[in-house]
Amino acid sequence: MSPARFQPGDRVRVRQADVPGHLRTPWYIRGHAGEIERICGFFANPEELAFNRHGLPKRALYRVRFAQKQVWPDYQGPATDTIDVEIYEHWLDKA
Amino acid sequence: MRQHHDMGGEPAGAVEKTEHDYAPWEKRVDALMVLLSDRERNLMKVDELRKNIEAIGPDAYHKMSYYERWITSITSTLLQRGAITSDELATKIADIERREKAGLL
Amino acid sequence: MSTHTHHDHDHDHDHHDHSHPTEPDIDGPLSYHQKLEIAVRELMIEKGILSADEVRRTVEAMDARSPAGGAKVVARAWADPAYKQLLMTDPSKALPQAGVEVGLYKLVVVENTESVHNLVVCTLCSCYPRAILGLPPDWYKSRAYRSRAVREPRKVMAEFGLEIPADIAVRVHDSTADMRYLVLPKRPKGTEGWSEEKLASIVTRDTMIGVAEARIP
Repeated sequence: MSPARFQPGDRVRVRQADVPGHLRTPWYIRGHAGEIERICGFFANPEELAFNRHGLPKRALYRVRFAQKQVWPDYQGPATDTIDVEIYEHWLDKA
Repeated sequence: MRQHHDMGGEPAGAVEKTEHDYAPWEKRVDALMVLLSDRERNLMKVDELRKNIEAIGPDAYHKMSYYERWITSITSTLLQRGAITSDELATKIADIERREKAGLL
Repeated sequence: MSTHTHHDHDHDHDHHDHSHPTEPDIDGPLSYHQKLEIAVRELMIEKGILSADEVRRTVEAMDARSPAGGAKVVARAWADPAYKQLLMTDPSKALPQAGVEVGLYKLVVVENTESVHNLVVCTLCSCYPRAILGLPPDWYKSRAYRSRAVREPRKVMAEFGLEIPADIAVRVHDSTADMRYLVLPKRPKGTEGWSEEKLASIVTRDTMIGVAEARIP
């Protein structure tokens, strides 16, 4: 199992991937950039577990914080409002 | 393509603050999931349950209640795993319907 | 609910459900899904994979979990700064100290402060900290909540009667993976010197999801 690619504070972008299957990266956050808030741990890939496969190797899961005003074009609220989403490492690139 | 269960950010109406006490059958569905997915039995992963819920077509998904989706998914998962066969399921359902007609349920 | 009997020795103790005042007696025919539940349960019992007793005990354990568990933990955190610190950094140690089950998932406790208000949702399904709070309410699993809580959290909270001023940031948590979230609500003024028990009495489920603030009744 390789070490986490990203550390808290890193800017990352969620991949804009569109594939079938059991995905835990919500549609609304794909393509958006945010900041690593914490490393949640290392987990098997749920996309594989969904088919009763082992999902190994474990990979890092991050909590990524996004500014609501950047995620939603019509967001009605202060610039300080944020949304935290858990994203698996294979869905993230350096921003 | 956004999958229909992936609904964050989609338009929707007011949140109806409904609550209901879960019916015994619903609690048993939950219990089945807890037991079948435990380490000892390992007959289902929560990810398979979710995947099979997501596989329910959009119309049916939104028409079904939460535990109706769960039992549908649990059944699909067990069939996929081979823990039950479709013959066994069909026979059992027919038996249940017969017992219901006979007033035994 | 009509009593289900089995043709084998293990009787599903449905007759004891009549003592629950909350559940209505449904005398109508079994729905398609109710039949599926019976079918799966009976097949699993016949194959020796589980027993009726285990099903019953699992339901009882579920019934025993309620927001009171979470309220206890919050009250202790309010009363004891050292406990609060432990709760924020290592819930798996903090929860058993309060006699609360840890559960299968990693818990993250998010604290409401003078500058941040937290709101929890699971847009993809309805993940919820069941081990601490029991089963989630219908509305938490509803299409409207799952769709809108991420996009217009302030409006959704307003529908629950909660207005957060603009100088407090709203932080939404979408529980998409293996973490579960518990909001640590702000302790209201005027509760100084209250016992933990009294403090727990004002910590409702909704305050721990984030759609309400703890108030003195």
